[in-house]
This record gives sequence, structure tokens and C-alpha cells, in this order.
Amino acid sequence: MTTEQRNPLPALLPQPKTLREGHASASQSLPAPGVSAISARDLSVYFGSAHVLKRVCLDAPAQAVTAIIGPSGCGKSTFLRAINRLHDLVPAARIEGQILLFGADICHKSVEPALVRRRVGMVFQKSNPFPTMSIADNVTVGLRLNGMRSRAALAERMEQALVMAALWDEVKDRLNAAATSLSGGQQQRLCIARALAVQPEVLLMDEPASALDPLATGKIEDLIFELKKNYTIIIVTHNMQQAARVSDYTAFFYLGELVEYGATAKIFTQPAKKQTEDYVTGRFG
Amino acid sequence: MNTAYHRWRKLKNMLVQVLTCVCALLVILPLGLIFYHLVKSGLGSVNMAFFTQLPKPVGEAGGGMANAIVGTGELLGLAALIGVPVGALGGIFLSEYGASRLNWWIRLGADVLNGVPSIIWGMVVYALVVMPMHGFSAWAGGIVLGMMMVPLIMRTTEEVLLLVPHGYREAALALGIAQWRTIVQIVVRTALKGIITGILLALARVAGETAPLLFTAFGNRFWNHRLSDPIAALPLQVFNYAISPYEDWHRQAWAGALVLLLFIAIINAGVRILTRDRFLQRT
Repeated sequence: MTTEQRNPLPALLPQPKTLREGHASASQSLPAPGVSAISARDLSVYFGSAHVLKRVCLDAPAQAVTAIIGPSGCGKSTFLRAINRLHDLVPAARIEGQILLFGADICHKSVEPALVRRRVGMVFQKSNPFPTMSIADNVTVGLRLNGMRSRAALAERMEQALVMAALWDEVKDRLNAAATSLSGGQQQRLCIARALAVQPEVLLMDEPASALDPLATGKIEDLIFELKKNYTIIIVTHNMQQAARVSDYTAFFYLGELVEYGATAKIFTQPAKKQTEDYVTGRFG
Repeated sequence: MNTAYHRWRKLKNMLVQVLTCVCALLVILPLGLIFYHLVKSGLGSVNMAFFTQLPKPVGEAGGGMANAIVGTGELLGLAALIGVPVGALGGIFLSEYGASRLNWWIRLGADVLNGVPSIIWGMVVYALVVMPMHGFSAWAGGIVLGMMMVPLIMRTTEEVLLLVPHGYREAALALGIAQWRTIVQIVVRTALKGIITGILLALARVAGETAPLLFTAFGNRFWNHRLSDPIAALPLQVFNYAISPYEDWHRQAWAGALVLLLFIAIINAGVRILTRDRFLQRT
């Protein structure tokens, strides 16, 4: 993790060229050539004495969607939250191994979690726009509370984020309305806009559509498809059709272990492991 | 359809409803009685002079409690200066940096302090402030009321902060916002109405305290010019007048009690109106 100051007003989208300039990680768990945005190295997470995530090695390529599937309690969310350093909030949590963000370790205690989180955004299962703030303030909150003052710059970034989250047309006439006045699907897209506004490099999504109706789910999936042109996305989902629809790579977790990881088409049609096959065909889980 | 059985069920339903309703009404019965009696005995003495004049010497008709009304205001102001920051910040600590053994003891301590008889508070501040300062003072009165507010505000602040869903904290932190900013700008802001409610209720609670002021503010029949001098307070004045042998003072005491009750009722009603909120939805 570098502590370099990011340009307060970088271009709207991370430049794909610079991402590709890096060299590919030599990891065997990388399913395809390309830069890996997130690399887990022997990552273990303990809660007290419970070993929840067991020596996971996984490389999530940049500008692709990596889906994480598996039955409840298999460690999917634990893995995702480790990337955002959210386990720092749990006193009993202990982490071993490494997570590399474009090659730099972000797991070490000496790395400031806030700096990691500015580069790795997160969208939660339950949409959680701040109820005391308007739609506009919700989008810009990450920028404002990180010190951005210019009204013009904030307005510009707000519009960009809302456009990217495919919400702009629906809310542009009521930006000062309460965020809680939006529908459930709109609230979730607002949360995506809020995460995008701080211009992270990686976007983590923890079952972002599980509380939404099929129509709203469809919108979120379209959005993921658009966003992957510029972002690295890791999505946890219970819905295997969703994983098949939106992701390029799929990782199957079971009982805290990474069972199988590969191109989505391969995982769903010719899985190498029996457990994976049973799960994706609905025979268990 | 067993109609007799159904009638019995309906009757039971009604019985429970009536019983609970009667008990609920019993709660406000004392308030009604107190209010009725205060209005009957005190309303006649509530006039302009009551709010604008100093007490008259015994035997002279008229006079008011202007100094006590202002004194109570000053004491509450001093109390808030101590009670609000210490209580609110302590509550934030308990809620946001919680989950340790220390917090368990702090919580227990606050709950015990909330149950300490108010006269004990008066004695403590007498020993800590009045004796070293060699005299009763507004400072001592404000300090004792402020100290009483601290555990009240601390616990209510903690409770309302804990009502803020954890998801808001995670969402803010996940945006790379520092923890203290998350607490101040997201968590406290979400719970602000509840915190203010707790502060106002604590003020209303100590506004009527008499016993701790006996040893600290002491009371004063004239205007207080320095905070290091004794100061009048409405509940003290009511107490002193009520135990006096003079008919005229008794009437003034009723009036003072009525004004005090109305003041507390207004604070409580204000809290209700304040918390009746359109913007913030509790989920």
C-alpha cells in the first residue's frame, strides 16, 4: 500500500493503460493473463479460536468481475471484508497471510486502514444510505469527509458518480430530497454511486442485489457489466445464475477453503472438482 | 362455529384491554391531581410581579420570585456546561469504543450514580466545593446539578448511539473516512435528536432538584451578582416558603411550584415535538 497522495481531481476513470503496464503476477492461481488487482496469499482469518478462512490464495484480475459463490458460512463475506480491512473493527479477529492490492500488501498492521478503503470501495448487502443526508450529500460524503471543499468539484464528481451508477436521470431533479425517499433498488444504486464517488480502484460487492426484486436486480447487473470496463469488481453472491451472468471468473468457497477458481464458463460447465459440480448444479448447498 | 366460546374469547380480550387502559390512566392521575391542586392554590399568585419582582420582607404584600427564576436559569446553564460535554462524550466512548471490561465498570458506575439520593450529591459537593471556597455559591449549585446530569446524559447518549445501525459505521469507514469523523459526522449526526432529547430530559430532571441545592446554592433573597455568591433557585424558594409560617409566603410557594411544573412540562412537550421527525426514519 502506498501512501502517495492521490490527485484530488483525477480523471473520472482510472486509466486502463497504467493498469496493464504492470507485470502479471506469477501466481498459479491466476486464471488468465493480465494484472491481478487483488491477490490473496495464504490468507487466513480467525475469529477467536474459530478458523473461518483457511489459507486462501486467489488472484482477482483487474477490470474483470470475480464472483465468489458458496453456501452460507463458507467464508465468502469474511474474505470480502478482509480486503476492506473491516475485520479491524472486530477485536477478536486475527488475520494471517497477505492481501496484495496491485502488488502492495494492504493487510499489514502498519498500513492505515482508511488509505486502503479509499482505494477499495464496498457495497453492502443491505443498502445503507445515510438517513440524515440528502441524495447529493450521500454521494459526496466520502469526498467531503476526506477533505474536499470545492463545491464545483464536488458537484462534478457527484454527477459523474450518479451517471455511472445509472441513477442520475432518476434523481437529478430531486438531489436535495432525503436519501431514504428513494426505492430499495435506487438506494442500492445510490450506495454504489457513493462508493464510486471516491474513485476506488476495486469495488467489493457483498450480495448487492439479494434484497432487491428481479427488475432492480437486473439494473444492478447491467451496472456491474458497465463498471467492469473501468473497475475491478469482486462480488459475493448466493445466486448462481447471477454469478454466471455477470462474472468473468468464479471462485467456489466451501467451509472456509477455496475449492476451485477459474473462468466462470469453466466453473459452471466443466468444474474440476466434484464439490464444485455438486454445488453449481444444485445438488447441495 | 362455537359462538359461546367466541364470546368468552372476546370478553377476555376486552378485559385485558380495559385493565391495561386503567393502569395506563393511573399513571397520569397523580399529574392531574398535582396540576389541579397547584392551579387552584397557586394561579392566583402568578402575576407580573411574580416574574419581575424580588421577594418582599415578611408582612409586606406582593413581591415575586424573579431572582429565583433567573437563578434556576443560571444554575441550569452552569450545570449544562459541565453535564453536556462530559456526559455526551462519555456516552460516545461507551457506545463507539466499547466492548471492554472498563466499559462494564463505567456503565455500572453510571447506573449506581443515577440511583444515588440527591441529598448525597449535595453533601459531596459541599465537601468538595463549598468548604474549600468557604461559602455557598452559584458555582457549587451548578456543579452539583451538572454532576447529576453526567450519568443521565451518558447513558441516554450511549443508548441512542447503539440504536444507530452498524451498517452506517461500516459504510462510512468503507469510504475511507477516519473513525473519529465517522463517529462525529455520521453516527452522532444520525442520533443527534435522541442525544438532545436525553440532554433536555436531564435538564428537566435536575431543574426541580431541591435537596442538593440546600448545601450548595443555598438560596438568596436578592439578585445574585457574582457566581461565587449564594444564588436563589425556584425549588429552593418554594421549599423555604412552604416551610415558613406565613400565609402570604405559602401562596407564593404554590405559585412557584406551578411555574416549575409548567417549565418542566414545556421541556418535555418540546422534546416530543422535537423528536416527531419527518426526515429521519427509524428502521
